[in-house]
Amino acid sequence: MKWGMMSSLFPRQRGRNKEVKSKAAVYPYLVWMIIFIIVPTALVVVFAFTDKGGTFTLQNLQEVGQYSNIFLRSIWLGAVATVVSLVVGYPAAYIISRHSVSRQNTLIMLIMLPMWMNFLLRTYAWMTLLEDSGFINRALMACGFPSVHMINTQGAVVLGMVYNYIPYMILPVYSVLTKIDPSVIEAAEDLGADRRTVFLRVTLPLSMPGVISGVTMVFVPSVSTFIISKMLGGGSNLLIGDLIDMQFLGSAYNPNLGSAISLVLMVLILICMGIMNQFDENGAAEGGMMV
Amino acid sequence: MITAKGDAPEMEKVSIISLKDIAVSFDGEPVLKGFNLSIGDGEFVTLLGPSGCGKTTTLRIIGGFVRPDSGDVFFNGKRITALPPHKREVNTIFQKYALFPHLNVYDNVAFGMRVHGKSERAIRQKVGKMLDMVDLRGFEYRNVNQLSGGQQQRVAIARALANEPKVLLLDEPLGALDLKLRKDMQVELKKIQKQTGITFLFVTHDQEEALSMSDEVVVMDKGAIQQIGTPLDIYNEPKNAFVADFIGESNILDGIMREDFLVEFAGRRFRCVDKGFRTNEPVDVVIRPEDIDISKPDDEKLTGMVQNVTFKGVFYEVIVDVHGFKWMIQTTDYVKSGEKIGISVQPDEIHVMHKSEYSGKFGDYSTFSDEMGDDVQPLPKAEGAE
Repeated sequence: MKWGMMSSLFPRQRGRNKEVKSKAAVYPYLVWMIIFIIVPTALVVVFAFTDKGGTFTLQNLQEVGQYSNIFLRSIWLGAVATVVSLVVGYPAAYIISRHSVSRQNTLIMLIMLPMWMNFLLRTYAWMTLLEDSGFINRALMACGFPSVHMINTQGAVVLGMVYNYIPYMILPVYSVLTKIDPSVIEAAEDLGADRRTVFLRVTLPLSMPGVISGVTMVFVPSVSTFIISKMLGGGSNLLIGDLIDMQFLGSAYNPNLGSAISLVLMVLILICMGIMNQFDENGAAEGGMMV
Repeated sequence: MITAKGDAPEMEKVSIISLKDIAVSFDGEPVLKGFNLSIGDGEFVTLLGPSGCGKTTTLRIIGGFVRPDSGDVFFNGKRITALPPHKREVNTIFQKYALFPHLNVYDNVAFGMRVHGKSERAIRQKVGKMLDMVDLRGFEYRNVNQLSGGQQQRVAIARALANEPKVLLLDEPLGALDLKLRKDMQVELKKIQKQTGITFLFVTHDQEEALSMSDEVVVMDKGAIQQIGTPLDIYNEPKNAFVADFIGESNILDGIMREDFLVEFAGRRFRCVDKGFRTNEPVDVVIRPEDIDISKPDDEKLTGMVQNVTFKGVFYEVIVDVHGFKWMIQTTDYVKSGEKIGISVQPDEIHVMHKSEYSGKFGDYSTFSDEMGDDVQPLPKAEGAE
């Protein structure tokens, strides 16, 4: 999955690697994929369908049902974060793509800059900002406003998701926008379309592959995150990621149940992506879809 | 009717587009300067010139994609200099067609009408008519990316004409096609222009294309018009050495106009049909390679040494050294390399031009024969030199 995500992050840099001179060159990748992707996935499946003693059972999957509210909350918050990222990220990508090339590079670097800092550190920083006695509230009170309770709310979790994952929305949309042939835009103007119509009828449809990549790249990690909800959501906004975390590393230690939850999550994400793909049949060809 | 700079005073009632004193520069580099042009309604006009001469910029100014630094654009007498492209009654066929990749053939052609809010019924009818015209019936629901270059070209034409523009701008539309297809499309475009009666403004750097398609040719270089005229005028009466060299092959010699109908070049005096020059005015003399007759050398004629003979199919291309100046002659007579021949020219085949900034830059084929080498003999069988 990780590789798919990387390729959809830079859709235009995807090359066709068909002409590999020797098949032998493929083997290291094949071995790598078997060890780190196929085997773990198979193990998850095996664990999900067995009990602690190793005998086949459907017990784990049945137990997953009792966490449906957590599943719903995760998908809901992930979806909200994705929509917010799209609404904020698309215009940002559009504006960046309008600038001169050197300006574009600077702006894209600024977007990437926070990603050079550790993920945990960034999220910790938001904790201190959002706390009841944190920086924002102190600033508000200094200006005579009442303090606002922000930390440990769903809003804070969504904020954390958007903040951390919005570059993954901006980059693919931006790269697809810069790829659009300017003469196609001119042709639309030439045929009588004003700027609004050009955007709605040409630019937006042509940038859909980037939008779909972006939505995928924000939605998937948002749904399965556990650190963000743990740090910014307190105990009351448990997400699936937290639940899985608890089954493997936490007090509730139960790897079989954890595997079952992971499996269900994987299937749910695949379904969501399948639905997304329906929006644009050419998505795979143009923007580099994952899955 | 088309008028060059200077003769604008009478009201041009028939001109559909006119450019007045246009100047444009990109990054301080002037592209067009003091540019005046008016284009008659219903004509096929070609802007011809080498790359970088400003012809595409001229087209983009009319299309509304480039704002001139100074000067004005008029459409049917109305000033449209500041009008954005989507409000102009002209449509463009772009160099690489610029079809909408996310739309099929039908939706590409329908785009302009949809934008203008036409009813789907009217659109269906019009698209059908357009596709009939460009011979693409049955391709309605094809993806444009799956079409060949020629077919994409036709879609671009149908899409532009569906909008019923008053003027169609064509920016080197045939440049990406192979030779055979290009010839077919030339005929087809000319036919469509006659059928629809729409004014075509065609940009190309291919002189043959310009000569065979246009009612009027505008020869451009360095952001200025060098000559405007019918293809015949441009070829037979080039205004300066640039035009003579750019359109077809030319021998351009230094000469002196001794009196009306008498010009001196290559050390001899020749009768000609030009007049109105000052007495003893230095001039450029143009002689087309196909207008030169070759014969046995005698004292009455110019004589020269054959340097090189190339078989071109219909004719031989012969390079002849006459007192150091290399002439190009196209002839159906065979001569041998190294042979001494006499050359003669009829008075009406001599064209005399005023000197210009281009004088001395073109029209000598010395580099040509150097490249070929002196003893190239392509044909083993001599058909008897005269």
